[in-house]
Amino acid sequence: MSALKRHYALIVLATVLLLLPLVLPNNYYYDIVIRMAINAIIVLGLNLLIGFAGQISLGHAGFVGIGAYASAIFPTHFGWHPIFAMLAGAAIASAIAAIVARPIFRLKGHYLAMATLGLGIIIAIVIKNEGTYTGGPDGMPVVALGLMGFEISGEKQWYWVLAATLLFSFWASKNLIDSPFGRALRALHGSEVASQVMGVDIVRYKVAIFVLSAFFASLMGSVTAHYIGFVTPNIADFFHSIELVTMVVIGGMASIYGSLIGAVLLTALPQALSTFEGWETVAFGSILMLCMIFMPKGLVPTLAARFGRNDGEPR
Amino acid sequence: MALLEVDNLSKAFGGVKAVQNVSFAVDRGLVYSVIGPNGAGKTTLFNLITGIYTPSDGDIRLNGQSIAGTAPHALALKGMARTFQNLQICMNMTALENVMVGAHLQLDRNLVKAMLRLPSIARRDKQLKDEARELMCFVGLEQYANLGASSMPYGALKRLEIARALAAKPQILFLDEPAAGLNSKETAEIDELVRKVADNDVTVVLVEHDMKMVMNISDRILVLDYGKKLTEGTAKEVRENPDVIAAYLGSNV
Repeated sequence: MSALKRHYALIVLATVLLLLPLVLPNNYYYDIVIRMAINAIIVLGLNLLIGFAGQISLGHAGFVGIGAYASAIFPTHFGWHPIFAMLAGAAIASAIAAIVARPIFRLKGHYLAMATLGLGIIIAIVIKNEGTYTGGPDGMPVVALGLMGFEISGEKQWYWVLAATLLFSFWASKNLIDSPFGRALRALHGSEVASQVMGVDIVRYKVAIFVLSAFFASLMGSVTAHYIGFVTPNIADFFHSIELVTMVVIGGMASIYGSLIGAVLLTALPQALSTFEGWETVAFGSILMLCMIFMPKGLVPTLAARFGRNDGEPR
Repeated sequence: MALLEVDNLSKAFGGVKAVQNVSFAVDRGLVYSVIGPNGAGKTTLFNLITGIYTPSDGDIRLNGQSIAGTAPHALALKGMARTFQNLQICMNMTALENVMVGAHLQLDRNLVKAMLRLPSIARRDKQLKDEARELMCFVGLEQYANLGASSMPYGALKRLEIARALAAKPQILFLDEPAAGLNSKETAEIDELVRKVADNDVTVVLVEHDMKMVMNISDRILVLDYGKKLTEGTAKEVRENPDVIAAYLGSNV
């Protein structure tokens, strides 16, 4: 692969992110794009786990919740600097992921789905019930995120922070899947026994990618908390987990571009459908169903196959 | 000392004794075949040696070191590679990437370095691609290199498994029915390929039903029947053994 071809998509994405502010008319649209970027970064990590390594997690919102509440609780109750709180949240999420991953990844298919579902629900319950620290179901306010005396505030500043983060995540994900580590992940998806025989310690790789995706989910939870300035337990609940998995599936499993498209579409769709008033959930559900019936592999892989790019190369 | 020594190896699945007290040794540089009627325990024997199953009893030694019950990924580190009777190709990857996975243990698997694509990773990957292409040429698949594995024909996938196993630079290679389901021309090609592999100082252990191929290329042959060792010897010795003839054709002949 030539250098230009390798970086082609990255350049396109960077250009789009650079030019986007020229066409965004007001803060409402900035807000939507920021939420798209946050979701896209989480979904990139989740797609490495679900699409590339072939494992499932129905509890990822739990990790988003850990990050969000770490950023809310540590600065408010203990006076920590928000950056340390964010890193502590990511460390806690990673540690929990690492501890539960070993027993959980002995399971496969439905059983693995149930175990991760349970994990997510437990985290959500803890957040809801530990009212002294978390504010319970009412949530709690979050201090602003400051970096070396400079405070990030307003949609425009957040936009640039998230554009840069998204660009980095996209680049790193692409690098990862085209590396020895990434090929081992995809190989264990293709055939566990063959990858073992080739020397891949499959449990270690499943644990590693689960921890990595939890780490990024937690960081984005912290970012969401600081951006909105308030957290509620909804951020960790089951429906948020399902929403994230849906973005992976609709965009396309094992597709880096699919992660972006899935996050963008599913963030925009509820806004676009708001004109349907009471019927928006019905319209939303119908669109998802039709997508899955006619494009079971997800948008990007289906369209790529239609337009003749069936060389099996990851996208 | 033999490269591989199998000592009184047994495996029971509940009441079924799939392999019973089998002992044999494979010398370095040989082509060693395991034959026997269907259900004789040949694949079970392979799965025991390559760590997929844990033996119920007995010992396996590679270079004099006991490896019974060692996990498959740890055995790969000791220079063992194998192919599968029912294809185990990663259909979600290209043919070339499948071969590249074979070299897994020779590469830097660091996660952070991979995400940042440090120059050392990029350089080694480029080199690896060339090595993988060379291996695909070696097994005669050069025209498929950039194709998705899922769009390759069955016969080519059989050889792709061999290329992937060779990418691991094994001392000893286990081939589980490499010619199963192939026509006579393709079988002859596999025959030639196995010879070429053995000439490159890789010890080959083979399970195969194609008798012509087995008799042709094997230095020594082990015959299994109902999980037990029937006999072992050169092609000529095995062919003339009355027990072997009885096992294959029925005892009343």
